[in-house]
Amino acid sequence: MATERHDPATGRATTGHEWNGIEELETPIPRVVVFFLTVTTLFAIGYWILMPAWPLGVSYTKGLLGIDQRDVVTRQVEDAAAARAAWTGRIAGASLQEIAADDTLMQHVRETGRTLFIDNCAACHGTRGTGGPGFPNLAAKAWLWGGEPETIAETIRIGINAANEETRISQMMAFGRDGILDDRQVRAVAAYVRSLSALPMGAADTAEVEAGREVFAANCVACHGEDGRGSTEAGAPDLTDAAWIYGSDAQSVFTSIYSGRQGHMPHWEGRLSPVDIKLLALYVGTLAEDGR
Amino acid sequence: MISGLTVSERHLALFVLGALALTGLAMAVAGRGDPLAVHGYIVLVFSLGLGFVVLSALFDPEPPEERLSEYYDDPTRAGIILSLAWAVAGMFVGVWVAALLAWPELTFVDSAWASFGRLRPVHTSGVIFGFGGNALIATSFHVLQRTCRARLPGQFAPWFVLIGYNLFCLIAATGYLMGMTQSKEYAEPEWYADIWLVVVWVVYFLIYIRTLQRRKEPHIYVANWYYMAFILVVAVLHIVNNLAVPVSFGHAKSYSLFSGVQDAMTQWWYGHNAVAFFLTAGFLGMMYYYLPKRAERPIFSYRLSIISFWGITFMYMWAGAHHLHYTALPQWVQTLGMTFSIVLLVPSWASAGNALATLNGAWHKVRDDATLRFMMVAAVFYGLSTFEGSFMAIRAVNSLSHYTDWTVGHVHAGALGWVAMITFGSLYALVPWMWKQERMYSPKLIEVHFWLALAGTVVYVFAMWNSGIIQGLMWRTYNDSGTLAYSFIDSLVAMHPYYIARAFGGLLFLAGAVVCSFNVWMTIRMARRARAAEPAGDVPLYGKAGAAPAGE
Amino acid sequence: MKEFFHRKLERNAIGFVLAIVGVASIGGLVEIAPLFTIHETVEEAPDMRLYTPLELAGRNLYIREGCYACHSQMIRTLRDEVERYGPYSLAVESKYDHPMLWGSKRTGPDLARLGGKYSDAWHVAHLVNPRDVVPESVMPRYGWLKRNALRIDDLSAHLAAQRAVGVPYTDAMIENATADARAQANPDDAGTSGVSERYGEATNVRAFDGNPGLLTEMDALVAYLQIVGQLTQAAQQQTAKAE
Ligand code: HEC
Ligand code: HEC
Ligand code: HEC
Ligand code: HEM
Ligand code: HEM
Ligand SMILES: [Ca+2]
Ligand SMILES: [Ca+2]
Ligand SMILES: [Cu+2]
Repeated sequence: MATERHDPATGRATTGHEWNGIEELETPIPRVVVFFLTVTTLFAIGYWILMPAWPLGVSYTKGLLGIDQRDVVTRQVEDAAAARAAWTGRIAGASLQEIAADDTLMQHVRETGRTLFIDNCAACHGTRGTGGPGFPNLAAKAWLWGGEPETIAETIRIGINAANEETRISQMMAFGRDGILDDRQVRAVAAYVRSLSALPMGAADTAEVEAGREVFAANCVACHGEDGRGSTEAGAPDLTDAAWIYGSDAQSVFTSIYSGRQGHMPHWEGRLSPVDIKLLALYVGTLAEDGR
Repeated sequence: MISGLTVSERHLALFVLGALALTGLAMAVAGRGDPLAVHGYIVLVFSLGLGFVVLSALFDPEPPEERLSEYYDDPTRAGIILSLAWAVAGMFVGVWVAALLAWPELTFVDSAWASFGRLRPVHTSGVIFGFGGNALIATSFHVLQRTCRARLPGQFAPWFVLIGYNLFCLIAATGYLMGMTQSKEYAEPEWYADIWLVVVWVVYFLIYIRTLQRRKEPHIYVANWYYMAFILVVAVLHIVNNLAVPVSFGHAKSYSLFSGVQDAMTQWWYGHNAVAFFLTAGFLGMMYYYLPKRAERPIFSYRLSIISFWGITFMYMWAGAHHLHYTALPQWVQTLGMTFSIVLLVPSWASAGNALATLNGAWHKVRDDATLRFMMVAAVFYGLSTFEGSFMAIRAVNSLSHYTDWTVGHVHAGALGWVAMITFGSLYALVPWMWKQERMYSPKLIEVHFWLALAGTVVYVFAMWNSGIIQGLMWRTYNDSGTLAYSFIDSLVAMHPYYIARAFGGLLFLAGAVVCSFNVWMTIRMARRARAAEPAGDVPLYGKAGAAPAGE
Repeated sequence: MKEFFHRKLERNAIGFVLAIVGVASIGGLVEIAPLFTIHETVEEAPDMRLYTPLELAGRNLYIREGCYACHSQMIRTLRDEVERYGPYSLAVESKYDHPMLWGSKRTGPDLARLGGKYSDAWHVAHLVNPRDVVPESVMPRYGWLKRNALRIDDLSAHLAAQRAVGVPYTDAMIENATADARAQANPDDAGTSGVSERYGEATNVRAFDGNPGLLTEMDALVAYLQIVGQLTQAAQQQTAKAE
């Protein structure tokens, strides 16, 4: 180096170059840098020896430990299932009534059911199972297909109007759109239906109720029954209670009858395990109990 | 500014703008019925508008010969202003998208352009490419000339790079609003914008290499190593990751050449190294010039610079796989990604340490000078975010942090604490030099900005650490039954307070950027009113006319 | 002091450029190139089918609206993810995804196993206003999807471009792309048999947006959402085998 310049503050030599006033010191590389470079490199080498690491054309080094993330997770899931087997095994073996009567098992149902329900069912039925327009309120106990835990479990397994081969099928025809009834008749029967649950009505509608009763008897009783209390055979809702899937206002009821309805409840067989389905059937029951 | 170009450069500019206008027209015609046409019109109007500006000064006299013995700083000045404009716009959108996550209805309901998914890339590209990119171009031209003691080789090419680059940013941002995106993070613009950026980038590289070859200094300064690495590696990354086949020349839409796992690895090889060479190498170049300049201290260790530079250049390129831990990417690649990320910490901290040790002997200046303090804090955050990055690259840690706000916290520790702080510090040093002023309009406002920026960063980062770690833990917490304790919605609800805090932190940071813009604006006005005496000696040829090196 | 190598390099701009490019190229080459040569990187899935033109259009809308900014489509090999979302994702599942949509942020839940989980009607309601069905949601509304007619005249060109990047669409698929898209969203359309012929009997043919008369962007997006993770059952079979 031609020029031996020194930094006045530290006394250290500079490299002798200067760029528009910037100089550099000849400080040697601090030991700690070399140390950590060595340590981290050694760690890396060790890790490469133990784990899958380096590509070799059409293969790669598998590592001495023979670890593969897929085997690891498969084992973890299995181990976890085995650890849960103490109670899941009892759930699998017991009838739903037996489980419902067993407080410790019901504790597991509540704990596990909540997350399962919110992650899978709440999108439609709400986090508290109270439903929303087009999606039934499961806490209201107004069952379409019946409130027995077995029935509920079956509904969850095969779904309603779902892609499952065994799916429950239900359909409310489009009486108005398909021309089975004319507009006046639809309006009349809508008024009658609304009168069944004593909904507040205008005078015009009240006058229609009697005409609606006839239409109802001729067209609706097959599914909804003489008294309008519905049928769990057809999955037809009770029209006399306070629970409405699609809304109880005159317009919604009119639309239900005019355009028909065919709710779609997905099937969970294949996506959820049989134990999960049992858990959910019971969990749905607890929603009804506490009205949470 | 046009009259600063030579007459033949003006002709060249007109020719290039004409060609660009024709390209725009062709896009508009070929893209009928497709959003591509909108971009065609934007290119057309953009080039015609600039064409008129050139025409208006076409017949001005040739610029004086003396210009050749001065540095060429017009593009740098323009770049500074563009950078700040993008900073305010990009961070405004950042605050908006932050607010949308806290209050999703805080938007123009049912207007597609204003939905989160379209605004988010406007934010990321706006700040990274608009703010960061313009700052890099502006400072690189400045640093390059000063450390080579050579004027840029021509006057047209730097303008081409700056304006062409901003056209790219404009196409990118307007495209996102219209839903044109390749969905590859940080590489979202569609094929035609990608091609245009390649053209711009080649010219950028040529300017750099030609100036380096004209240098009057025997050695290439460290800042230029980093700027070079930034230009070169970004070019390689950009070209490979954007390989795609357009539906037709009349469609904006294209399909990426690679698919699935290969596409994922290519994307994150790109994505991670966009961080490395755009958000790190480029800004290290900036730091290596403005920090020692402002502190008036020599670089702590030349040898450490070498270790960190080559360590960073080599090792970063292996680390991309840490974005794909536990995914369908084969585990051997994940291993390489993780191990190299860990070794990478050493050169990263070596850079941060080199910068901080350079301040030895100047700590009293750090205390008194907010500009230098910006740079000091930037180096600290650089160290912090690289430590965090290497930590998050460990598979076990990443299993928790990935997909959560922790990543976003890490990003902004780097982006706000490092990238933005080093930029603001450098700009506060650079602006008075560029507009020939003793100092910024208001040192007080720099101080205000510093505290807004620091507070904003801290609030943002802490909010995201909290939410990210809570989120990650909630997703994997098991109850006594051995089943998942929380639903996804539970974690979503838990994020709400942190999303509000983040939006507030972002607002502070944005306010700082606005204060900075005002300060710069007033400095420029001050310069217009009373041109201070030109600092002597800030000229390319070292020692010319016996002048002492100037303050820049 | 002896001048060492680096001081020479610093004096040679071209040499420095070459050194940077050389040093920086190694990592990518070693990590990316073998992904094309190591056979087991992408699993076999004989049952793998292609996206129909309508689903592809929907996928492009998913990209256009930036859904990937909030939703991942990649279930990692971690116990909690497998237990929450289903079997971990395989590479083969995104074999025809140009580009992949694995995502990097889960503001919303993972969607890799979404297909078939919810009903079409739910998706429509949710996309029109997520807070109508999920009050806690922070997802944006996408009401315009239901109003905008879907552009289908250029779907043949889309399929051709897909073929150019390696997706095995046949000539017949490319030729009938527009008609197939129309038919898939309208069960009464004469062309529905062509859809099942070309893409398989299991293909969903429905009025996805609830309105068979109008082919909207909502049709396409919902058709896509209903097929996410359903192109092959390889992942499900792999888990079944493990058990
Ligand atoms: C895509 C929306 C959707 C999802 C998700 C959903 N359901 Fe349903 N569910 C429905 C609809 C719609 C009905 C009513 C079907 C009808 O109208 O006939 C229903 C009906 C039911 C019924 C029958 C109620 C009765 O009165 O008989 C039960 C029980 C039920 N759901 C439970 C669940 C459970 C448990 C889950 C989660 C594993 C779930 N649902 C997920 C939409 C959904
Ligand atoms: C073929 C059987 C069938 C017949 C006949 C039938 N329904 Fe229904 N109805 C159903 C089923 C099944 C549902 C539930 C559909 C669903 O949940 O998606 C339903 C739902 C309804 C609802 C909506 C209830 C709610 O909770 O929102 C109304 C109102 C109704 N029916 C009225 C009538 C009237 C009035 C008639 C005669 C004009 C009639 N139904 C005839 C099967 C039938
Ligand atoms: C701002 C972030 C955000 C964006 C952008 C976004 N989502 Fe969501 N998404 C969410 C959140 C949060 C949830 C969980 C709450 C809910 O169900 O709405 C969700 C839930 C969903 C679900 C239900 C998933 C499940 O398994 O329960 C689907 C399907 C969905 N989003 C699809 C989309 C589509 C399609 C787009 C784009 C058109 C999109 N999302 C854009 C945040 C977002
Ligand atoms: C005013 C300050 C800012 C605010 C309020 C802000 C806000 C946000 C928000 C809300 C997101 C989306 C996060 C999510 O999807 O959950 C985001 C992402 C991002 N921002 Fe910012 N931001 C700010 C400044 C910056 C700056 C200055 C930069 C870069 C220089 C930056 C770079 C990024 C990047 C890279 C991402 C993507 C992160 C990822 O995908 O993981 N931001 N920002
Ligand atoms: C040693 C240095 C660094 C390492 C090893 C590192 C590592 C990481 C890791 C592990 C992630 C999370 C990936 C995931 O789980 O998805 C990440 C994300 C990110 N980091 Fe860093 N980081 C480093 C430095 C930086 C710096 C200095 C910045 C500057 C801004 C930065 C910006 C980002 C961005 C933007 C992302 C988000 C990518 C995305 O969109 O998902 N990183 N980094
Ligand atoms: Ca691109
Ligand atoms: Ca991301
Ligand atoms: Cu990274």
